[in-house]
Amino acid sequence: MAKLVLKHLLAIRWFHWVNFPILFLMIWSGMMIYWAYPVYRLGPVPLFPQWLFALLGLKFRLAEGMALHFVFMWIFIVNGILYIAYTLFSGEWRYLLPRSVSAFRDAWQVLLHDLHLRKEMPPQEKYNAAQQIAYCGIVVMGAGSLVTGLAIYKPAQLAWLAALCGGYEFARLIHFVLTMGYIGFFVIHVGQVILAGWNNFRSMVIGYELVKDGEQPVEQS
Amino acid sequence: MNKRHREIVLPEADLSRQLERKSRRGFLLGGLAAAGALGAYKAVRLAGRDNMVPWPQRDVLNLNGKLWRSYVDDAHLMPSYAASQIGYLKPNGDHGLDEEPDDQGNPPEWDGFKLEGPGVTPVTLQLSDVQSLPRHEMITKFCCIEGWSVVQKWTGARFSDFTKKFLPPGASLTTYVYMATDGEDYFVGLDMKSALHPQTLLAWEQNDKPLSYEHGAPLRLIIPVKYGIKNLKRIGLIRYTNQRPRDFWYEQGYDWFAGL
Repeated sequence: MAKLVLKHLLAIRWFHWVNFPILFLMIWSGMMIYWAYPVYRLGPVPLFPQWLFALLGLKFRLAEGMALHFVFMWIFIVNGILYIAYTLFSGEWRYLLPRSVSAFRDAWQVLLHDLHLRKEMPPQEKYNAAQQIAYCGIVVMGAGSLVTGLAIYKPAQLAWLAALCGGYEFARLIHFVLTMGYIGFFVIHVGQVILAGWNNFRSMVIGYELVKDGEQPVEQS
Repeated sequence: MNKRHREIVLPEADLSRQLERKSRRGFLLGGLAAAGALGAYKAVRLAGRDNMVPWPQRDVLNLNGKLWRSYVDDAHLMPSYAASQIGYLKPNGDHGLDEEPDDQGNPPEWDGFKLEGPGVTPVTLQLSDVQSLPRHEMITKFCCIEGWSVVQKWTGARFSDFTKKFLPPGASLTTYVYMATDGEDYFVGLDMKSALHPQTLLAWEQNDKPLSYEHGAPLRLIIPVKYGIKNLKRIGLIRYTNQRPRDFWYEQGYDWFAGL
């Protein structure tokens, strides 16, 4: 018999959907700030070229970017801390934390499976190993953004933190690379959600997933 | 079955009705929440402006400033560097430096700077007055609000020593200090804790040479616990005050505190 299975707890859904627009706003305002000193390059390609800033309308908006970044950072920080605390207290962390180093081998097999190079998925619980690594990794990245962000925000008051991040300039680079990581995560995540289909997406909104006869509830995004 | 895996098992028809109900409810509430959040964001962005920034954002920025001001400490220092790490500091901003150097490239005349404040008899002080104070050197980082930074060597007198000497014994220490170029084309406001920080100098030398005109000759403020925008060049006025002073870039939409 088919059944509805509660997959995403209400609190987790809130944390997720609060984070999504806030993270977007942090990246958007971050680009306004970065425009004032856009020094990073990928080989010969500047990150980002001036035409891209112009296209997105992000030029000459440093003050505005800072006034957004240092206001909405509070929501990003509080939401992130509540999310981590909630996963710990609710026990959700058990599904999210990779079990052992074999998770990396399993994740590789998931990747091969997703690329249609392998038929079988490795055995899994709620999340497959690739998801566990991605979803834990994104939390670690969030913490990294907070730490490197603080280091470049207050390099004198928190000089020890800036030193821990490899110095003021290096902290800025890490902060930037993590941001690029979010964009990469977003592209893959949205792609996987689309591939996984409506039932899966809907469960991130309503909590429940429809599980047909004999099927195991398996998330693919 | 724990609540994480709560299951609803029903006959097919009831199950799809149940799913429909949950979907309607979930997407309706989600849509309302999204619309509410977007509305709140728009309301913030369209709110009346306080020095170019929507006032709710300005309030948070001011709170951030208060929070960090309480954390400023004489022991929290911008790191020191070796002389070999000194880089090139580009002159970035010439507000208040609009007089042209003469034909020989010498900076225009400077008639000292005024000192004012509650309980202070207005007086004009000269470079020699500042140079009579204990001399300090530091090689430290200068951070521009644009994001770049450069190591520089600065020589000058601590503003705390200056205050000890020139604030009359009867006058109580104010909560802020205001500094400006002559004519107040450029002006900065500082909280007293940052102003009295041991790295805050009234500087006359940069990398062992007298300041150039474009870097603020003959006397400028160097305050490494603030962004470069607060490091006023060519001081024309120092005023102790208990009202939060005006600040050039604050009025252009930047943070008033601008502390590092």
